[in-house]
Formats: sequence, C-alpha cells, structure tokens
Amino acid sequence: MTGHALIEILLYLGVLGALVKPLGRYMEFVYSGRQGCAAERWICRAAGIREDRWMNWREYAAALLMFNAAGFAAVYAILRVQQWLPWNPQAFGGLAPHTAFNIAVSFATNTNWQNYGGESSLGYFAQMAALTVQNFLSAASGMAVLAALARGLAAQRAEAIGNFWVDVVRSTVYILLPLSLLLAVALAGQGVIQNLKPYAQVAGSGQTLPMGPAASQVAIKQLGTNGGGFFNVNSAHPFENPTPLTNFLECLAILLIPASLCYTFGRMVKDTRQGWALLAAMIVIFLPLLFLTVHAEQGNMEGKEARIGTANSALWAVATTAASNGSVNSMHDSYTPLGSLGPLFLMLTGEVVFGGVGSGLYGMVMFVIVAVFLAGLMVGRTPEYLGKKIEAFEMQMASIAILVPAACVLLGTAVAVTAPGGLSGLQDRGAHGFTEILYAFASMGNNNGSAFAGYGANTPLVNYTGGFAMLLARYWVAVPVLAIAGSMAAKPAVPASAGTLPTHTPLFVALLAGVVLIVGLLAFIPALVLGPVVEALK
Amino acid sequence: MMKTALKLLLILTVLTGLIYPLVVTGIAQALFPWRANGSRTYHQGMSTGSALIGRHYDKPEYFWGRLSATAGTPYNSASSSGSNYGPHNPLLHSAMEDRREKLLAAGPGNTMPIPMDLLTASASGLDAHISPEAARYQAPRVARLRATTLERVHQLIDQCTEPRQFGIFGEPVVSVVALNGALDGK
Repeated sequence: MTGHALIEILLYLGVLGALVKPLGRYMEFVYSGRQGCAAERWICRAAGIREDRWMNWREYAAALLMFNAAGFAAVYAILRVQQWLPWNPQAFGGLAPHTAFNIAVSFATNTNWQNYGGESSLGYFAQMAALTVQNFLSAASGMAVLAALARGLAAQRAEAIGNFWVDVVRSTVYILLPLSLLLAVALAGQGVIQNLKPYAQVAGSGQTLPMGPAASQVAIKQLGTNGGGFFNVNSAHPFENPTPLTNFLECLAILLIPASLCYTFGRMVKDTRQGWALLAAMIVIFLPLLFLTVHAEQGNMEGKEARIGTANSALWAVATTAASNGSVNSMHDSYTPLGSLGPLFLMLTGEVVFGGVGSGLYGMVMFVIVAVFLAGLMVGRTPEYLGKKIEAFEMQMASIAILVPAACVLLGTAVAVTAPGGLSGLQDRGAHGFTEILYAFASMGNNNGSAFAGYGANTPLVNYTGGFAMLLARYWVAVPVLAIAGSMAAKPAVPASAGTLPTHTPLFVALLAGVVLIVGLLAFIPALVLGPVVEALK
Repeated sequence: MMKTALKLLLILTVLTGLIYPLVVTGIAQALFPWRANGSRTYHQGMSTGSALIGRHYDKPEYFWGRLSATAGTPYNSASSSGSNYGPHNPLLHSAMEDRREKLLAAGPGNTMPIPMDLLTASASGLDAHISPEAARYQAPRVARLRATTLERVHQLIDQCTEPRQFGIFGEPVVSVVALNGALDGK
C-alpha cells in the first residue's frame, strides 16, 4: 500500500469516526420522540396513525410486513406498466414479470441487487416513484426494527416496543431526507446529473448521453445502504460519481448511518459503552479485510476507473460489502481472488459488520446473544445481556436469525450450480465461475446487492430463487429480532453481580468478533475453498 | 392496519419519490445548471459530448484512453459496462495483448513500460481519464504524427493534468477528452 493510500484511508476512518457521536446522538433524540416537529404530526394525522399508541412485537412485525408488502406491490406494478407512466422520455417498455419481481423484492428488502441496466431499461418515474421511494422506506424499516429492539432491551416488564409507523416516519423525515438532500446537492455541484431531460444525442462523437434525476437517488442509495445504481455500472459511472470528492462523500455515506447507529443504540439502552463495544467488534473485523483487499488490488486496473484508483476502489468494495450497501465504484468480478475474498466474506458473515442501516446492528445483537450464551456455557451461569436473562426462546430466535441467511446462500448457490438456468449466465468457467454464483447468492441471501456483474443473473431461475432468498433473509431475521425485542421487554432487569459477564470490555469485543468469524467460517469454508481459494492457488 | 400501510406508503411516495427529487432538481438546476445537465461540451455551437464521459479515439495522432467494454461499440454511453473478466479469463489476456500490439505498432521503438491503465478496461467503459504516465507514454507517437515537438505535447499534458482533488482525494489523472481537444485547438 502506498503512503498516500494510507493517508486517504485514515482520513476516511477519521471523518467517519468523528461523525459517529453527533449523528448517533441526534438519531437517539429522533427516536425518543422529544423533537415534536409538525411534519410528523401532519403525516400521522393524514395516514390515520395514533402516535401515542405503542405496539407489542406481533403488531409491530405485522405492520412491518404489511408496509413492505405494499411497497413491493407498488414497485412491481410501476415497473410492469412504466410505458404508460409520465417522465419516460426514452419510452422504455414494461419489464418482464420475473425481472420486475426480483427488482421489487430487492428494493423492498433493502437489497437493491441490480439485474437491470438503469439507463437502458428504466424511465424516470420508475426510478423516482418506485426505486427512490423504496430506497428510503426499506432503510427506514430497518432502522425502525433496530429502534424497537433497543426499546425492548431497555424496557422492563413491558409489552409495547414502539409504533412502527411513527418510527418509519421519523427515520424518513428527520434522518434520511435531510441527509439525502444535503448529499444530493453536494453531488450535483460536482457533476452528478439531476434533470428530467431526454437523452442527449451528440452529433460529433455519435454518443447518446443518458440523463435523469441521478443525484437524488444516488444520495439515498448510499445513505440508506441500498446500493441500487441509477446506471448499470452504479457509482463507477462518471455521471454518478464524477470526481474523487464525490467518491469520498459517497463512500462516507455508506458507513455513516450504520456506524452512528451503534452510538444511538448505546444511548437507547442507557449505556453508551455497549454501543462502542459493538462498533469496536465491527472495526476489528473490518480493518484486516480492508488492508488485505487494498493490498491485493494494488496495480489491478481492470474494471477500475482512473480518477478513483485502486486504493479507493478497494476501500469502497470493503465498505459496501461490510455495510449491506452493494453499490460499486469498480467491477468486483475483475478483482484478484484475494481481493474478492474480503468483500465476499463480509457478506457471508451475515452483514453484521456495519451491515444495513438498522439491520446490520440488530444482526450483530443476535451474535451478541450467541456470544453471551457461549460465555455462559463456559462458566456455567445463566447468560445475561444488558441485565436481561437470555433463555431458550431468545437463543432459538437468535439461531434462526443467524442460520437462515446462511442457508439461503448455500441452498441458492446449490440450485444455481445444478440448474441450466443458473449456469447459462456464467461468463467465466471453473473456480471463478463458481465464485460468480456464490457471490450472487451471498449478496442476495444477505440483502447486500453487490454483484460479480459478469454473471448474467437476469434469468427467471436466478430472479425467482434470488428473490425468495432476499425475502427469507430479510424477514426471517427481522421477525425473530422483533420477537426477541418483545420477550426482552417483558423481562425484569436483574442487577449485575460478580458473576455477570460485562459486555463492554475488550475481552467481550474479542469474543463477539470471534463468534462472528467462527460462525461465518464454519458455514462457508467449503464454499470459499471451491471459489476464491482455488482460484488464488492457480 | 393494511389501510394505514397503504396511506402511509402513498404519503411517503409523494414526499420521497416526487417532492424530494423535484426539489433536488430545482436546486441543482438553479445552482449548477451546467453540471446537473451532464457537463456538456460544445465546439462552435456543435455539441461534442460531455466533459465527464470518455470518447473513443483510435487514430494514432490522438491520445488513446482506457479500453472500453460497453455494448456494441466502445464508449457507448447509452449502455455503461465493464468487461467483468475474471483475472484468469483468457479473454482478458487477449484484450491486453491486443492493446499492447496496437500501441507498439502505432509507436514503434517506444521502450517505456506500458502503464497498466492503457491495457485494461475501465469499470464504466466511459472513463474519460488516464494516468499522467499513460499520457506521457503516448507523447512521442502523437508528437511525431502531428509534426510537433515532444516538449509541446508534454506541455499540453501538464495543462490537462488534474492533480489530486484538494491535494488529497483520488489519483492525478489526465483527461483524454480535454487533451485531444487541446491538440485539435478546440
């Protein structure tokens, strides 16, 4: 790694670190409901929401599922009939059912896997009213579930864990919208396009320049760990990421909210040390993989942009797969085997190293439960977290939340490597081809959305298999998490004793990171060996 | 509950799917109209493309940019794409070998090492930039074919070199579009 690359990475981590506390504090303020802004009251009144009526975990989960189902249906419908909708100057036709299904699932579940090329298939109305909206709402849904979990952990002998509608409105109106507005304007000032004009024909060069409202969507796709690009090549496109400064800001936006939510969580459970410990565990896993990838990609310019360079491409690749963002500024398919190992592994650990907004942290709390349980087994005591006893029910739910994504990845990969419809899209053969498929299902099965784009995944088989993997990975994690929130809320807090394992110490951070790594490795070593490891040994 | 879900979805769709992008469009069009509309370049009133989007140059008297893997023709800006070749893909190696031969055929006797960015395809297929080394590698060829001095070409390269943004971000690069424009006196 060059000295300059190191400076840029340190600057990135420094700015990110400096923003964690102020933004985290602000988000806790938002979820506490102390802000009392008129916008929220107006929206709630118009939608018929009673702000003061809190829900138990079952109601909360039902509201989440219904809201996301409605979002899915809206996206699907818009994509199917976009030829009749306004702001479609290129007159793109409606999408095929399997393509529209995959996109709709993908955007409702905060995966934002791209099986389409934006500039060659989507009109502006579809980009704005279908995709940009779900960029906001899927992110807000994830943040809402995290807020509910934190409330459940902090409550005592209670049933209610918050109001889902209110949490979604607050996440959207007070957090995602203002940040997106700021970022979108900054990006447009650097050359990210933002207009509603038809594509421009250039007589001289014979080129057709795509147009559209890109900046507004790019901002939220980065901030909301969405990642679905306005253009086919996502943030490698000069109109989506034109300068090194836009690259820095967009890359910063990937980890900004997931990292800051750690502090929010700490404040909500009334012990900020707990939040810092979770953030520390994430960083412990993140940093070595970051340096491995930056090192491995040094000098590999295939699939990378000159203005961005290899170090910033590798930094982005690791950030985007650590967070379940999935946007790219370089083509991961052309990474060296070791360079792709880091991004792939970060997705396979269940997207808990930063992870999706909200979803990454609630996934990490599931690993915390497993970690305190393991520690409890070692010394023969009932495990506790934040003063609450961890019992069989919590362990069952946490196990489901951890195992379902892993099963989705492995089963989805197994289906795709045995079916002609899964193999037909392969660009490379052998170990790299296997990695292409594994990467696709690691991405969809953990709601990430980044791709080895050489794999032509827009086939009915991959669209449907992947679509179901995304649904399972999102809701078979979120619902058990809410169940834990409910059961924890009902428990009384027991005072800490000499036998209580403190969960904010370096020892616990190491234990937690160890559990995440061991679970990831146990599940995926065979698959990783068949893919990147074999390829690296070639 | 479903009714609430639908109502809230509708309200938030209007807010985040219409009002938000239209407000950003309004601000961007008011503050940065040139950039928000694609950083278009013109010569004598004729559109020549975008300052941000690379163009395909294959005549030897021009500087060449990155390889482009866009659909149909190189630098097809209607359909951005990388090659997505894996590191062991034979097509990657033949593409690199092909470019190497073309560079050597167009500039015989050039013994400088060929910079990697001239042998590889960009991520977008629309990269407008190359490294300063890649420009300097091509300078003798361009100077010879344009019957000008190497110093003059180096001078133009220096003029078109964009340093790291604020001295920190990214890599120093040369805009191939701007450099070729400067050669043609545009």
